[in-house]
Amino acid sequence: MNWQGWAEIALTLGLALALGWPLGVFMSRVWNGEKTWLDPVLRPVERVFYAATGVDPNKSQSWIGYGASLIAFNLFGFVLLYAMLRLQGVLPLNPQGFAGVTPDLAFNTAVSFVTNTNWQNYGGETTMSHFTQMAGLTVQNFVSAATGAAIAAALARAFAGNKLSGVGNFWADLVRTTLYVLLPLSIVFGVALIGTGVVQNFAASVTATTLDGANQTISVAPAASQLAIKQLGINGGGIFNVNSAHPFENPSPLSNLLTAVAINTLGWAAFFAFGRTAIARKDIRALATAAILILAAGASVIYVTESQPAPALVAAGVENPVYMEGKETRFGIASTAAWAAQTTGASNGSVNGMHDSFSPLGGGMAMLLMMLGEILPGGIGSGIAIMVVMAVLSVFVAGLMVGRTPEYLGKKIEAREIQFAMVALLIVPLSTLGFAALTVAWPGALASLFNPGAHGLSELLYAYTSATANNGSAFGGISANVPWWNTTLGFAMLLGRFVPIVAVLAIAGSLAAKPKLAPSAGTLPTQGTLFVGLLIGIIIILGALQYFPALALGPIVEHFQVLEALGAN
Amino acid sequence: MLNQVRPAVVSMLLFTLLLGGAYPAVVTLAGGAMFPAQAEGSFVRNDQGVVVGSSLIGQATTSPQYLWPRPSAAGDGYNAAGSSGSNLGPLNPALAERGAADAAAVRAYAPPGAAIPADAVTTSGSGLDPDISPEFADLQVERIATARGIDPALVREAIAAHTQGRLLGFIGQPRVNVLMTNLALDRDHPLTAATR
Repeated sequence: MNWQGWAEIALTLGLALALGWPLGVFMSRVWNGEKTWLDPVLRPVERVFYAATGVDPNKSQSWIGYGASLIAFNLFGFVLLYAMLRLQGVLPLNPQGFAGVTPDLAFNTAVSFVTNTNWQNYGGETTMSHFTQMAGLTVQNFVSAATGAAIAAALARAFAGNKLSGVGNFWADLVRTTLYVLLPLSIVFGVALIGTGVVQNFAASVTATTLDGANQTISVAPAASQLAIKQLGINGGGIFNVNSAHPFENPSPLSNLLTAVAINTLGWAAFFAFGRTAIARKDIRALATAAILILAAGASVIYVTESQPAPALVAAGVENPVYMEGKETRFGIASTAAWAAQTTGASNGSVNGMHDSFSPLGGGMAMLLMMLGEILPGGIGSGIAIMVVMAVLSVFVAGLMVGRTPEYLGKKIEAREIQFAMVALLIVPLSTLGFAALTVAWPGALASLFNPGAHGLSELLYAYTSATANNGSAFGGISANVPWWNTTLGFAMLLGRFVPIVAVLAIAGSLAAKPKLAPSAGTLPTQGTLFVGLLIGIIIILGALQYFPALALGPIVEHFQVLEALGAN
Repeated sequence: MLNQVRPAVVSMLLFTLLLGGAYPAVVTLAGGAMFPAQAEGSFVRNDQGVVVGSSLIGQATTSPQYLWPRPSAAGDGYNAAGSSGSNLGPLNPALAERGAADAAAVRAYAPPGAAIPADAVTTSGSGLDPDISPEFADLQVERIATARGIDPALVREAIAAHTQGRLLGFIGQPRVNVLMTNLALDRDHPLTAATR
């Protein structure tokens, strides 16, 4: 550890938060249908969408109508992507001549990209054609992110309004977020990334004659265009097998800084957009404060743990034997630690180093950051939506302690909201631990694990945590491209995505119909330090305690085994 | 639900045209016009125009007159058509075995008693790491100088010329680009009849 490392971590986390502020104001204007400086160019494109779909963007939908539109759009997106994957062999732009993807892998991959998870049971450069990457995966990178943003827009309107019958129009939220926010940023960012060295062309590969006289086949791809939205959309799926550790996806400390900042920028922007649209800026600032504090603590823990002596390197007699296995020279410990926290605190899932080779507690912290609910700051919109659910739960708990009916942002919180909040929050541990337990008992499933002992259990637990949390990062040694894992991970992603979405929309529908109340003497202040502390407590108690027994059997026991191995040296 | 079919299907198809077709085309054209070498893959060609590698992609090099890269878990080593890390957990016996073997290989050429840096005995995340630490490069100076029959100071000079520090003094890590150093060595200090 050194000051440079701490400074880099602080800069990366801080810059994302700082950029999120102005972008959040812009995002809120887009959600609210206000004028933007992009209107002259994009208004006509937007009108084409409404004319072709026959949608009236000004018609506010009930929460059920909004949810039905969302489900229909995602369902057709899944069908289209599944078909593209299966038919890859006969589709164009396939210079490598890759065959169609098997049914179970196509199911897993289609679900993975539609749910904004981007879990990958395949190596990009050995499986997917350029056509699949662009027309299939890149498109879902955009629209799955916009789907998440739509949830936050609907919930924010529900808090802002007084006795509303609807929560907004899904199609307008989807189209406007994609066109005005994601697309322009991705074009600029994609071109800038090429400037840092990211590859962008349509060849299959280039063969080099190495200095030793051997042939080296070097895969290339249209990487920059997908990478830009992979980070900005908080998706995380790499075009190459090793994701952002690949020098063509992340060539330098500069590209690493830019892409690491991009992992969290629009997540924070959605926080601030929510605050502006819900007319509750100060309350949402308190939520952002809680989130950045937990995220910074997580990043610090990973930086410290990865800087500890690694037993294998100590045994080999290495000087300064830090956990460099699976890390790139240009990034080292600090860049990889900051990235690991940012990618798991947001539901991104891209990696610039191999989490499977992390120290037990470093990998464990990455897992824990996902288990906390993907709210630090989480995906675009999906993060702030679940964070608001956490805040609702916090005022409810505080209300129970003092015996008052709780309210949040001027809306009474009653039984119906709490019931749906519990559904949104409890489906995550249910799916994660349920599938993990089932897999431990399933004959043959454990053959997919790569590392022996407690670390093998961590691999398994990480997989279902990542899938349910819609993160997508992995302890990559696992060979999950077999029917059992493809199927169960697919269902974990679906449950982790759509159950919370429907529950949040139900809360939005219920709150929208309620009158907006002015704060009274009995209202719990939700803007100050006390509330930030209460919220952090709720997040940690709810998130960490549910998983503690499982974590004890994986990362925690392995940590003590490492200490024992170090003692023996 | 039926009235949702048309907007779902039509908007998805429009998005596919716009985001799957027009968007990558715009980025490819703009990026290719502004940064053609990077968009292509930062390939390096020799005087005959033959691609000898990419400055961003490590390659397996075992001749004594060259700087050697880190161990690699991509295929048989530096398979740039199948990037991969080792994914070995901290207590996996295979990691300790490989680490010990890699350390022994370094000690075979490094000056006696020299400290071995972590990157010399670990595989990178990509298996294609183009860089090594300045400390690892330093261990190889004597071997390269002997093989080329030149003063070690000249090797250090070549290494220093292709060493990059941290961005703005604190972002990322100091590193030596292996391929670019080797090309400079070949250019400035080619093997002679005596050393070949």
